[in-house]
Amino acid sequence: MLTIPKKFVDDMIDHAKSESPLECCGILAGKEETVTHIYKMKNTENDPDKYFMEPKEQFVAIKDMRAKGIDMLAIYHSHPHSPARPSGVDIKLAFYPDAIYIIVSLMDAAKPVIKGFLIKEGKVEETAIKIN
Amino acid sequence: MPVKVKIPTPLRKLTANKGEVEVDGKTIGEMIENLEKSYPGLKERLCDEAGAIRRFVNVYINEEDIRFMQGKDTSLKDGDEVSIIPAIAGGNIN
Ligand SMILES: [Zn+2]
Repeated sequence: MLTIPKKFVDDMIDHAKSESPLECCGILAGKEETVTHIYKMKNTENDPDKYFMEPKEQFVAIKDMRAKGIDMLAIYHSHPHSPARPSGVDIKLAFYPDAIYIIVSLMDAAKPVIKGFLIKEGKVEETAIKIN
Repeated sequence: MPVKVKIPTPLRKLTANKGEVEVDGKTIGEMIENLEKSYPGLKERLCDEAGAIRRFVNVYINEEDIRFMQGKDTSLKDGDEVSIIPAIAGGNIN
């Protein structure tokens, strides 16, 4: 099960809040199933209903992970005003079947919800996340 | 003029599981045509019906995003390394 230290969960929520009403996006990386690094990335979309990770930053992050010997474990993005479940477009554009797609929902601003999903060939399956 | 092309995991089905292939090409466009000759089906994954590189495919020469160069017309030099990396993107519209 993917284990995320609480500080990274707080980082994702802070990132989501700071970009709201736009979506935020980023990468969680680590070894085996434990997150050790967060990459808060730039979303190039100016539309509150879309995200597109800045390609240059994505490339730099991939190289950095390779240099550190860690793997991309999860891809996160926020839903500022909708529930924590992948939209049709999220499913269609999920090109990383090995990564867990994390969605941070700010629909209830007082109680952000974080959920993880595996998305493979259009099929979505929720996967449990351990926060410690 | 061979260049190295890094193939992302989801497309390796088309390259007999190879993560890196060598192909000739003076430009990105030519490189894609030559990739298609060796690995049929790749072009369709990289380009749309009009032949333009798909929006959700990032192509880099060494470290530069070709969107900020000349796109498909960007020229290649011997020894360049081209990386094809799926974009990380989504949306809220159902
Ligand atoms: Zn989404």
